Amino acid sequence: MTQSSMPELARKPSAGFDLKLWGPFLALAGLIVLGTLVNPVFLSPANLANVLTRTAFTGIIAVGATFVITTGGIDLSVGSLAAFTAGVMIVVMNALVGPMGAGWPVVLVGMLVAVGLGLVAGLVNGLLVTKGRIEAFIVTLGTMGIFRSLVTYLADGGTLSLNSGMRAVYRPVYYGGLFGIPTPVWVFAAVALIGAVILYRTRFGRYCAAIGSNDEVARYSAIDVDRVRLLAFVLQGLCVAIAVVLYVPRLGSASATTGVLWELEAIAAVIIGGTMLKGGHGRIWGTVVGAVMLTLIDNILNLTGAISVYLNGAIQGAIIIVAVLLQRGTASKR
Amino acid sequence: MSSQPVLVADGVAKSFGPVQVLFGVDFDVRPGEVHALVGENGAGKSTLMKILAGYQPPSAGTIRVDGEPVHLSGSGPAEALGIVLIHQEFNLAEHLTVEENISLGREIRRGFFLDKPAMRERARAALAELNCPVDPDARIRDLSVSERQMVEIAKAVSRSVRVLIMDEPTAVLTGAETEVLFRLIRRLTAQGVGVVYISHKLDEVKAISDRITVLRDGRRIGTHPAELLGHDDIAQLMVGRPMSDLFPPKEPPPPDAPVVLEVEGLSVPGWVRDASFQLRRGEILGFAGLVGAGRTELMEGLMGLRHRSAGAIRRDGQPLRVRTVADAAKAGIAYLTEDRKGKGLLVGKGLRPNLTLLALERYGRVFIDERKEAMALDRAIEEFDIRLKSPDALVGSLSGGNQQKLLLAKTMQVAPQILIVDEPTRGIDIGTKQQIYRFLHDLARRGASIIVISSEMPEIIGLSHRVVVMRSGAVTGTLSGDDIVEAEIVRYATGLKGLKGISHDPVLHA
Repeated sequence: MTQSSMPELARKPSAGFDLKLWGPFLALAGLIVLGTLVNPVFLSPANLANVLTRTAFTGIIAVGATFVITTGGIDLSVGSLAAFTAGVMIVVMNALVGPMGAGWPVVLVGMLVAVGLGLVAGLVNGLLVTKGRIEAFIVTLGTMGIFRSLVTYLADGGTLSLNSGMRAVYRPVYYGGLFGIPTPVWVFAAVALIGAVILYRTRFGRYCAAIGSNDEVARYSAIDVDRVRLLAFVLQGLCVAIAVVLYVPRLGSASATTGVLWELEAIAAVIIGGTMLKGGHGRIWGTVVGAVMLTLIDNILNLTGAISVYLNGAIQGAIIIVAVLLQRGTASKR
Repeated sequence: MSSQPVLVADGVAKSFGPVQVLFGVDFDVRPGEVHALVGENGAGKSTLMKILAGYQPPSAGTIRVDGEPVHLSGSGPAEALGIVLIHQEFNLAEHLTVEENISLGREIRRGFFLDKPAMRERARAALAELNCPVDPDARIRDLSVSERQMVEIAKAVSRSVRVLIMDEPTAVLTGAETEVLFRLIRRLTAQGVGVVYISHKLDEVKAISDRITVLRDGRRIGTHPAELLGHDDIAQLMVGRPMSDLFPPKEPPPPDAPVVLEVEGLSVPGWVRDASFQLRRGEILGFAGLVGAGRTELMEGLMGLRHRSAGAIRRDGQPLRVRTVADAAKAGIAYLTEDRKGKGLLVGKGLRPNLTLLALERYGRVFIDERKEAMALDRAIEEFDIRLKSPDALVGSLSGGNQQKLLLAKTMQVAPQILIVDEPTRGIDIGTKQQIYRFLHDLARRGASIIVISSEMPEIIGLSHRVVVMRSGAVTGTLSGDDIVEAEIVRYATGLKGLKGISHDPVLHA
């Protein structure tokens, strides 16, 4: 007993594991301090609400991406899927305004269409990966191109705009709120909470991590590997649909440039948050922090005149690389 | 044969951590002879071979080349001295040509560029010397297994080989291809090359070698001229170890114990052909055979982990459909894999998720009851005597023995009535082995049925009530009672007894 407690005492001060666990949160705290120093406006409720609201789209998608990446997969199609779903949703709602009139029923049908489309797209990606035995990278590279092309075709190269009557009805979903907090932030929080419960507390979540760690061990442990992988992609599709439902009332339009690079932002958020790209280890709250950090950088650059906003991408890129370097450093110490 | 040995191992010993695998072994190769090295799995053949070829340094003892002590660090210096090891899995770049492979790592250059004509000439010369019909421009991936082997030998010849060490060279060859290989070996020895020949096939060993050295448990049992040893003499030398009290006394089930599992005509394409066996309640059934005999593949086929092309499974007399491990678990059948780290445990995760992974539905339909999991881990740690530094240790940081005990605990989570254990004590110390033997024995006594696959002969003999012997994917014999002796098992496993007709062509058409 006395012998076994020695190494624990010796290990605690090194805190290598803690850095990995808390790294993203510390970095977020650092950014907040930095933002406050740069401009006191940063901490104003209006600015924070603005940051969180804009994080919601990629943040919700990134929660889904956390599952896919935890199983060892990747989904590059989410940005294109978001654009395509938004396009279809607008077309459907515009078509229904005539027979049903501008009102909530039309919005609900539009939402159902979006969710249905997201689920089907996730199912297609998942089936191609599991039954088709094609690398997730290749499958979703393909569907990324397909969805992007479909939305461009749907918009005939231009912009699909929501019927102005509908916009008025739908508007509160993005611009409204509860207790002073905008609706997208509530939804983002709910999605993250549900995601965390699923990943950490359910069999499905445990299976995702097991498959990402070693899919052979999973197979030998009576896990239906294909089904779990498929479900992760479906979950990702659902998250994209939820993001789109929040996004459409913001601009009321969709075009070929909607959701461009969202897939990379989502993946970046996941990686910054401490989820390993090779799978096996997912961290939902880390993902949330990662997504918020990416928006914060943009926000801070906007509030200060010192550094050009055009360098936003460079700073984001540097942060991603530093995050992974830190992960590797702590991983090799163990 | 009066010539000085070219390569000598003098009192070579080798330890891996606390485990000693070679004890002061003497071995030598003379120019122009074939010196066979035989012994059971785990006797230390491959370790000795790797030391001779410079892949591993000996813990004690010396290696001499032409009488001079040498320190071979890596295969490079050994090859420079003309000592070449040909692995069972060939060391060829699949997508390069024969010619490119022969010169791989020793490219001839003219300035910055490769001197292709010179390298072509070298490849042609090596192939011609072996009288080998392989096209130098052919890609390795298009060659047959025996042609690849010829390329390996040609590669060795082009490095002016003096000692050629061959590890199970005929394991993947047909009878005709073996003949070609033997002619090639004789041509090399005629030129003064010394050959170390490692094989399980005793008839081949007898046919090709001049001298035979038998290893057992890391010790050299003897070196004899091949013409003085018969098959049975060799088998006897490989055998003959006193049985310690490592194993609890056997308590076989009564002969009328019900058959709980019956497998009939099971085939796994490429591995197992038409295998049948029965397992009784309370019985420990051993599966013996050489590595690659298809034992693991048979069980993985049974578990739904591999595709079965034929075969019926009956559980308590009723036909049973097993398509996945989950199906098997529902029928009370669990399998402990031989590949602990690759297929058994998540080494990057903690003990708790590993323990419950196979039976996670017992810890909640949707949400996992972590308290129940923690209690199960406490129980498993106590029952299986798993020793760990801290409760949140990663599985990868545990010793092999503790990992194996955790894997056993994990497999037992589904409370199987039929437990299949594949190499249950591979790479673990003797104390832990004894614990595992006792556990299996007690489990069978309580009415469970156990299948033990093992390449360690004492384990099979010490535990099993009956023994099924497999060779080249087929069941060649079933032994029970006093017939369970090592010499008899070796005869069935090496093809001296049992189905003669399948000795050479493996089961690729099953």
